[in-house]
Amino acid sequence: MAARARHRLFVLAHGRSGDKGNTVNIGVIARRPEWYPTLAAELPAARVAEYFRPLGTGPVERFELPNLWALNFVIRRALGGGGALGLRLDAQGKTYAQALLRMPLELSDEIVRAAREHWGSGLPDDCVLPGR
Amino acid sequence: MIRIAAGSGFWGDWPQAPALQVRSGPIDYLVLDYLAEVTTAILDKLHRRDAAAGYARDFVTDVGELLPEIADRGIRVIASAGGVNPRGCAQALLRKAGEAGVSGIGVGVVEGSDVLDLVRDGARRGVGESAGIVPLDPDGPALAEIAPRLTSAHAYLGADPIVEALELGAEVVVTGRTTDASLALAPILHEFGVAPDDWDARALGTVVGHLLECGAQASGGNFLGDWRSVPDPARIGFPIAELSGPGRAVITKHESLGGLVNAATVKEQLVYEIADPRSYATADCITDFTTIRLTDEGPDRVGIGGVRGKPPPTALKVTCVYAAGWKVTGELTYAWPEAPAKARAAGRLVLDRAEARVGGAFDECAVEQVGAGALFGALDGREAGDDATVPDEVVLRVSARSRDRSACEWLGRELVGLVLTGPPGATGYAAGRPRAREVSGIWSCLLPSARVRPRVEVLD
Repeated sequence: MAARARHRLFVLAHGRSGDKGNTVNIGVIARRPEWYPTLAAELPAARVAEYFRPLGTGPVERFELPNLWALNFVIRRALGGGGALGLRLDAQGKTYAQALLRMPLELSDEIVRAAREHWGSGLPDDCVLPGR
Repeated sequence: MIRIAAGSGFWGDWPQAPALQVRSGPIDYLVLDYLAEVTTAILDKLHRRDAAAGYARDFVTDVGELLPEIADRGIRVIASAGGVNPRGCAQALLRKAGEAGVSGIGVGVVEGSDVLDLVRDGARRGVGESAGIVPLDPDGPALAEIAPRLTSAHAYLGADPIVEALELGAEVVVTGRTTDASLALAPILHEFGVAPDDWDARALGTVVGHLLECGAQASGGNFLGDWRSVPDPARIGFPIAELSGPGRAVITKHESLGGLVNAATVKEQLVYEIADPRSYATADCITDFTTIRLTDEGPDRVGIGGVRGKPPPTALKVTCVYAAGWKVTGELTYAWPEAPAKARAAGRLVLDRAEARVGGAFDECAVEQVGAGALFGALDGREAGDDATVPDEVVLRVSARSRDRSACEWLGRELVGLVLTGPPGATGYAAGRPRAREVSGIWSCLLPSARVRPRVEVLD
């Protein structure tokens, strides 16, 4: 059987990120209410922590906003110093939402069908990845 | 009904926005935020160089030229443009009013956010609840370590001093460091005579303020949901809040302008930089973002209601700025063939050469390949140049931080020196040698509210 294609989280969610000192705040919002449970299930704090570990990030706290179909992540030591001190291109964490939304997920056939319907022809090509 | 219009989301925001908000339809208040965390550090540096500086000059230029219309239509303006010198900002605006022939305008000044003496005093007595100073960043340096290098400390004041200025009749209110959301909360408290302990009303106003404080970020700017769907982005309309009372608001925009207000654009701003959504703490109240109810009120209209609030903490957030040495950042562009590999090799080369000359002077260095994984490469386990599609050009970005200015200046010279002595195909250095810049660190803490005394005065 062929490996199941993976989809980047961006297919199901959008969001925004920003900084407070060396801490990054990432809000992630399901594009449809019925995808919020998938979001909540796929993004436990531990998985997000593991995902960002190559950047040398610290502990991750997760908060739920079911009223907005959203999750909020607060990640310490995320910005290489942050603010004016940080040397990185994105010392203000403005692209960390996109970083999280790049996460590849294995989604159920049902959600993949619904996502294709949601996006029509507009689904960005690089959001679908070959299976492993 | 009152209409509160956003005019600026940070110092450097779109300069046409204030005029478009004033000229494209009815508004009662124009609120402009200028102070990001790093902005304080910049303004503080300017103020140390020139005692008359230290505020957002763009406010004086952009709003100054609108003063005749603003005065004529009775629009009131609230802005955190004062930075570390609100009085200087207000005086500059009054001069501008005089030049424009606008007389009798009262400019309220909110001062008293400066708590440098209190923080220095606390540093002498040792940090902790007993000294009243509670550090906010568990990963940051100790106060004792940065205390000798502190250059400013400002508490985030709330809406009450702004309300006081409005009640004294100020047409324009200029504040220094203030909770961003308080700028829009103040007119709500003022107009509807909200009781001091009506925490739900304060929380609703705080949510409204949060939605206006970043300008177009609530009306289709920086919209990750679907940026292509934003109509007429060239004339993007900043958000406007309409309120008939202190319990509900509608977020909208001027119909004749571009932009987009819907649940998705509003939500992206709601989740922006809020930390724990159940207790978003400001000087005005604690707001529970999980109680917000959004309703669809038609095209470009989103209703906000259901917001619950609680009394604010008994301590204010304080942002301290300290001198943190020097920094340099420079870029060179490398062209095909093998652009990423050459940029990476050049980055190593320039740091090796600089180390040989100023050995050990850098606290930290960074080499990035912009266009080849600078942002996300590490997350994907990629190294620069591993991409399936090889970019035609890559920008090498080299940065360093040091206590020693000359070490940073030296790295700038090394970078440009690569052009004839390193890998082939370098360009994009016409802007000249990157110069060392003085950098400030940010250190945040809590300070008992009772020790901070805001002062309000109306100048005319």
